Amino acid sequence: MTLETISLTAAYGQFKALFGIDIQIAPGEVVAIIGANGAGKTTLLRSISGVLGSAPGMVHHRGDAIGALSADSILRRGISMVPEGHKLFPSLSVEENLLIGGQVRSGKGPWTLETIYTLFPILRERRRSPATALSGGQQQMVAIGRALMSNPEYLLCDEISLGLAPVVIRDIYAALPRIREGGAALVLVEQDISRALSVADRIYCMMEGRITLAGRPAELSREAIHAAYFGTVAEEARP
Amino acid sequence: MIWFETFIQGVLLGGLYALFAAGLSLVFGIMRLVNLAHGDLIVAAAFVILLIVEFTGLNPFLSALLAAPVLFSLGYILQRVVLNRVLGTNILPPLLVTFGLSVALQNGMLETFSADSRRLPADGLENQSLDLGIATVGTLPLLTLASAVAVIVLLNRLLYATPLGRACRATSDDPVTASLMGIDPKKIFAIATGLAMVVITIAALYLGLRSNFDPAIGPARLIYAFQAVIVGGLGSLWGTLAGGIIIGVAQTVGAQINPEWQILAGHVAFLAVLILRPRGLFPRARD
Repeated sequence: MTLETISLTAAYGQFKALFGIDIQIAPGEVVAIIGANGAGKTTLLRSISGVLGSAPGMVHHRGDAIGALSADSILRRGISMVPEGHKLFPSLSVEENLLIGGQVRSGKGPWTLETIYTLFPILRERRRSPATALSGGQQQMVAIGRALMSNPEYLLCDEISLGLAPVVIRDIYAALPRIREGGAALVLVEQDISRALSVADRIYCMMEGRITLAGRPAELSREAIHAAYFGTVAEEARP
Repeated sequence: MIWFETFIQGVLLGGLYALFAAGLSLVFGIMRLVNLAHGDLIVAAAFVILLIVEFTGLNPFLSALLAAPVLFSLGYILQRVVLNRVLGTNILPPLLVTFGLSVALQNGMLETFSADSRRLPADGLENQSLDLGIATVGTLPLLTLASAVAVIVLLNRLLYATPLGRACRATSDDPVTASLMGIDPKKIFAIATGLAMVVITIAALYLGLRSNFDPAIGPARLIYAFQAVIVGGLGSLWGTLAGGIIIGVAQTVGAQINPEWQILAGHVAFLAVLILRPRGLFPRARD
């Protein structure tokens, strides 16, 4: 049932973005992946979701090697992604954007158009609007709802708070516990360390394409996270 | 009165051009692919209908009905095996490949069917006319325009009121994000080309019923189709119908002034629209 990467590497042409990433996510777990810009967080999610191809054995799901599968096959296995920057379909209305999320795989689970509208009531009011006519926060809600419509086993969220006002981020994070109750494991890529620590069961910290720290928030010191995130060794640790 | 009749004839001719153009417009709208073999595919479809007529003795309409699924499959395979491999961020490879396909089709048809011009048997339908009170119009041209309107209504319904159409529009917007929805963009593209081939079959039916055709006339049909699509505005099917009608009216009005001016007048109308409205008359809001 677990989703895991084994020595996952990725490159954009000559530029190597990931150097052997090993992570495991259990069903129902909330895992945050934190790291500065350019740490490789988005590349990691793109590799898992099949947007970037990798070697078959580098990603495993339920014991199957899925690294070389295409993005549409990965979705059909129950791994859904909220891509960075919403990526809503501008030709489609809000409701159509939601419907297309569950068009190929509707899965077993609580998520339907109705339950998405209950989770984000504003979307019901705006359901006939072109998706890109909405505010940034509302577009993010559509993107999350769209990814939930397939009732995924794993929901990968890439920077769902990026560029949004704090009050909007609070609304979106308030929905996460209910998404979790729905049974999906969450993988949250975040730059906001404190927000990530507040919701995650476990965190991975990335820097320059490597995992620099892993553990439960309660077990990790602020200094250790700081060092893993910025690559600077805390003052007192220096020889 | 003569000008009114001329105008009506032009509108009806525009129906044929809209049929030529609808498939091109559909393919361009969904995958930004300019298919330079479009005209030759129309001629090839006309030969397929002719073969079915000759082998089965059925009338051309029923023969086209039989040809449609065959051509859908050929379009699907063409997209899957050839065109999907060259689609990407660079627009040049698909242009070159479809140009090559155009040359290959023309020569293939020349080898197979010779340069003789052929025609689908219309059984007198081409000589029938209807008195509409305000004008007398040929039955076949009226049927052509009605078919063009029907094709565009059906394509619009398909695109805007079905899950398949939703997937087509999403793929057109952003194939990568569409694949994150479980949609296989390559399959959507293949279905779109298959559908375009069905529209091409209908266009070929009226092409073959209304006039002679031979393996060399494809490129000229492509030009009319192109002009209709661009005058109407890229990506808009109703715009394509309007574009076809504008080209048709310009040609008949030009021919009325001087028979040698028919084709020229169509090109002049096309250039005039390009100068006044470079994005066409009904462009899609985006891109």
